[in-house]
Amino acid sequence: MNTPDTTAIELRGVTKVYGSGDSVVHALDGVDLRIEAGEFVAIMGASGSGKSTCMNVIGCLDEPTAGQYLFHGVDVTALDADQRARLRRAYLGFVFQSFNLLARTSALENVELPLHYRKVPAAERRERALAALRLVGLEDRAKHTPAELSGGQQQRVAIARALVCEPKLLLADEPTGNLDSSRTEEIMRLLVELNKTRGLTIVMVTHEPEVATYVSRVVTFRDGRIVSDHPQSEAST
Amino acid sequence: MISTTILMALRELRRNKMRSLLTMLGVVIGVAAVVALTTVGDGATAKVRQNISSLGDNLLMISPEVDRRMVNTGGPGKPLDPDDIDALRREISGLLRIAPTASRGMLVVSGGKSWRTTVTGSTADYLAARNFDVATGRGVEATLGGAGANCVLGATPARELFGGGAPIGQSIRVGRMACEVVAVLASKGAGGMGMDNDDLVLMPLRTFQQRISGNDHVTMIFATVREGRSTAAVKNQVEGLLRERRRLQPGQPNDFGVRDMQEIIDAVSTTTGMLTALLAAVAAVSLVVGGIGIMNIMLVSVTERTREIGTRMAIGALGSDVLRQFLIEAVTLSAVGGLIGVSIGLGSAYAFTRAFDFPFLLSGKMVALAFAFSAGVGVLFGFLPARKAARLQPIEALRHE
Ligand SMILES: Nc1ncnc2c1ncn2[C@@H]1O[C@H](COP(=O)(O)OP(=O)(O)OP(=O)(O)O)[C@@H](O)[C@H]1O
Ligand SMILES: [Mg+2]
Repeated sequence: MNTPDTTAIELRGVTKVYGSGDSVVHALDGVDLRIEAGEFVAIMGASGSGKSTCMNVIGCLDEPTAGQYLFHGVDVTALDADQRARLRRAYLGFVFQSFNLLARTSALENVELPLHYRKVPAAERRERALAALRLVGLEDRAKHTPAELSGGQQQRVAIARALVCEPKLLLADEPTGNLDSSRTEEIMRLLVELNKTRGLTIVMVTHEPEVATYVSRVVTFRDGRIVSDHPQSEAST
Repeated sequence: MISTTILMALRELRRNKMRSLLTMLGVVIGVAAVVALTTVGDGATAKVRQNISSLGDNLLMISPEVDRRMVNTGGPGKPLDPDDIDALRREISGLLRIAPTASRGMLVVSGGKSWRTTVTGSTADYLAARNFDVATGRGVEATLGGAGANCVLGATPARELFGGGAPIGQSIRVGRMACEVVAVLASKGAGGMGMDNDDLVLMPLRTFQQRISGNDHVTMIFATVREGRSTAAVKNQVEGLLRERRRLQPGQPNDFGVRDMQEIIDAVSTTTGMLTALLAAVAAVSLVVGGIGIMNIMLVSVTERTREIGTRMAIGALGSDVLRQFLIEAVTLSAVGGLIGVSIGLGSAYAFTRAFDFPFLLSGKMVALAFAFSAGVGVLFGFLPARKAARLQPIEALRHE
């Protein structure tokens, strides 16, 4: 059962149970999932089917009740909270549905923040944050605070923040959930480009079928289980 | 990286200016009170020292009482007499001036006015020994050296009996005796601890002994130590001589007192110092209250910013980073409060010392201590909220509404 180097994520029988007794909820119920490096995977499914729970386990934000999770061959389930934090810091980037930018803090400073926690010197921090903003096309908005940016722009800042540390894996839970269709397209094009040009592995939760057309593989959940797992044909992009 | 964390903390505090200010207020008041009280207290102590030493440095006071009080009551001890004074003059070369005195609290009367004061008989050396200057009149030393019915008024009886008028040449009644005012002493200003150094009437010692006390007893000898001689050594010699003259056996305690000003200054300084320390301790309690205010706001802040903490953890903050951030915010709050408090405290102490003519003594050590203490309050009371933030589970923090 050797995991090849190219395997980014491997879930083995991952289970997450909330509550106890009568009110027990199996948010994840024995999920087996393998995602190779460089894939762009969309996770779909009805509300409450366990998509976010699965993302949180993959993002090392949450621990499964049972099962095993290997990230690039490292058994995450054996790590303690601090080691998981270090793993997140080193390899993961997050994009949230509600952006989660720091209020009253400029776009540039928001993007600099992950570098701050990685003890990057100030000058280099600024340079890399500006480069990340340039990548998402918001270089000229560096001094704006979130309140002064549109939803799409805020999400692009959040993507810049997730990318500034050059993660191996980008996790996005409904990144377009709060955006209209043209903003959604803008974000999806950006993600596809990052996936193609940088070989960035992306796992993304979405409700919207048209969003799923941009990705290379769609995994569908129902009641905490994977019910379908299809590669998308290039043609549909 | 600490410096950027401090900048981050400062920005956080700027976001909520009003709240930060109110939070700091407790620490500001505490530090300001401690700084102001200790500074004013030090000034008051220095002022009292100045006042006492203006009575005469290198002054020895020899009295026939062991009692530590400075009141010349005659007392039950064996009195000092003219032979003792001659012996001091003869045998203690370290003494420069020797002014034997006999005193009694009496009513002095002039015109329709009367005043209760201390009437002191002394000799020519008195003014020099006690650092008095003459304001008006002359021939004071010759007068005191003689035995006439003449007297010298201190500034207080002069004011009380004559108001703005000229007392020189006037006659006043001291008990049943009438005497002519030859001079008025210059005021020494208010003494420390409620003493009025100007409240006295001087007359020749012999006049006092003949006309008032009716004996040749001396109740107190003021003696100054010659420049260049050690006050302590001379004091020892005086004690040795008096013990010999009073036939005290070795091991027997002194039945007289020889005090020097330093002793009194030290005693008074200890008292005012203790008072200052006590007040400062009370003020320091409000610093602790200020610390609790900071803890309260930091706990609120942690709850309010739970989502932000979750976000920070998701994008790379370790528990220790979050702990440090909140700790630094608390310390920044209390330290900035401390800085403001130090400035307010020093400012009001300066105004106070100017208004009451105390010396303004800036103690760098004390200011540093007050500041360090306020920062310490931040660490102490910021720790609990910071730990609460650091222990949040990232997923729960992110889900927090
Ligand atoms: N902290 C929690 N405590 C108890 N139950 C939870 C908790 N988090 C999630 N659940 C339950 O787990 C199940 C899966 O939730 P999850 O958030 O993963 O769904 P989802 O697929 O992301 O749904 P949505 O599309 O609405 O975001 C749901 O039934 C939910 O009620
Ligand atoms: Mg969800």
